[in-house]
Amino acid sequence: MSLLSLKGVEAFYGASQALFGVDLTVEDGEVVALMGRNGMGKTTTISSILGMVKPRAGTIHFAGKEIAGLPSHRIAQQGLGLVPEGRRCFPNLTVEENLLVAARGSDWTLARVTGLFPRLGERLGQYANTLSGGEQQMLAIGRALMTNPRLLILDEATEGLAPVIRQDIWAALRKLKVAGQSILVVDKTLSELLPVADRCFVLEKGVTVFEGKPEALTAELQDRYLGV
Amino acid sequence: MSAALLIEQLLNGLQLGVMLFLIAAGLTLIFGVMGLINLAHGSLYMIGAFACAAVAAATGSFWIGLAASLAAAAAAGALMEVVIVRRLYERDHLDQVLATFALILILSEGTRWIFGSFPLYLDIPPLLQGAVPLPGGGQYQLYRLAIIGVGIVVAIGLYLLISRTRLGMRIRAGETDREMIAALGVDIRTLYTVVFALGAALAGLAGAMVGALQSVQVGMGEPALILAFVVIVIGGIGSIKGALVGAVLVGIVDTMGRFLLPKLLALALPASQANMVGAALASMLIYIVMAMILAFKPRGLFAGHG
Repeated sequence: MSLLSLKGVEAFYGASQALFGVDLTVEDGEVVALMGRNGMGKTTTISSILGMVKPRAGTIHFAGKEIAGLPSHRIAQQGLGLVPEGRRCFPNLTVEENLLVAARGSDWTLARVTGLFPRLGERLGQYANTLSGGEQQMLAIGRALMTNPRLLILDEATEGLAPVIRQDIWAALRKLKVAGQSILVVDKTLSELLPVADRCFVLEKGVTVFEGKPEALTAELQDRYLGV
Repeated sequence: MSAALLIEQLLNGLQLGVMLFLIAAGLTLIFGVMGLINLAHGSLYMIGAFACAAVAAATGSFWIGLAASLAAAAAAGALMEVVIVRRLYERDHLDQVLATFALILILSEGTRWIFGSFPLYLDIPPLLQGAVPLPGGGQYQLYRLAIIGVGIVVAIGLYLLISRTRLGMRIRAGETDREMIAALGVDIRTLYTVVFALGAALAGLAGAMVGALQSVQVGMGEPALILAFVVIVIGGIGSIKGALVGAVLVGIVDTMGRFLLPKLLALALPASQANMVGAALASMLIYIVMAMILAFKPRGLFAGHG
């Protein structure tokens, strides 16, 4: 049984349909890449999983339980940790407060997060709106980890970050993978994303059009589904 | 004019400010966190006053009445939030104003139905009767000093709650991004009910304490509500610190204006005219102060701060 499984998910923004049938699975301990050009439904898929958009059709199971239709906080409590597009750190909270505000469970502690991201450890007392973009992304990841998620979901893991910082983020994700953390990740830089991923899903116009190992995503397929 | 009289009036202003703070704190918290304009907040103040007066009359104890006022206002607030207000968060302010105005009418008539139109009276508890000597001669009511003390304790308590506790962190996080805090597994609906009940309890506490200074009657909440709105606009909507500073400012300006303006005008005008013009000016004074503050700080003194 998959940790996360979406079947035929359809979702709307108001009257306009954004997802027309998304299928997606994540197994325990796996890193899964969710790909597709802009506007193809990646963020809507993630919003549907987290209950921020209510799916109109299809099923979403997490750890064997149907979660579609539950309120966001109940879904998150099942063990989903979101790192949203645009990071969305709480600007009026300090780094430490951002990490503690939703903390649950005991595996992840402040010390473990600052071990993974030493730069956060140096800035625990600073307000989140004084951090650089890279530090905010580290904080958003740390904040999600503090909820001890069974599945970490990253929407645009490294968007808008300098190459050096991107390497830091990918290094941290690799460490998490080695530690057995299941991860669903969206990112635009295929050359950095594919080596980390165990499997990939590609969305086009709100439908899953490819599922398979990164190696199976040939240059031709990349060009067809992901090229600009 | 003696120094003692001036100190007495200053203390009166401070005491009015503290009462306004207790009402405004909840109002600003509810507006800041949930984005809701709650006109019925004054009704919670009234409910607190009636609960205290009725229970104190039945049991003979002001203190049991005080506890009852906190419980009654918090319960009324929680009920109001769950049954009605919760449906208003996503709507625009006009809908909120209409619905909560309806609540004022319902609660006022409901109270009139239960307690009748005659005012209730509440005695100052024996422990707090008596007076304290002021420097420069004169005396000051111990009960009013106690109100000031309660206000200071509540202000410190709220500050610690908002800045030092997990609940406070969640309240502040919910102010900026409620979708995100929910997506992290925090039950924002329950959080809102708690915040609403807390704000209601503070308004009820204010009503109970003021009940021993003036009569307890239907309609007592609305004048207090209007002043509380002036307070949170001056202080910056959503800011507890702003509510404290704004409340003390409004309390002192209002009280001192009524006390000093007729005396100042008497220097230039005949006594009868000075009293009339002075009183008229004094009743406008807090609005003049509000207008001046908004001219320089359109979002209030502490907008955007905790």
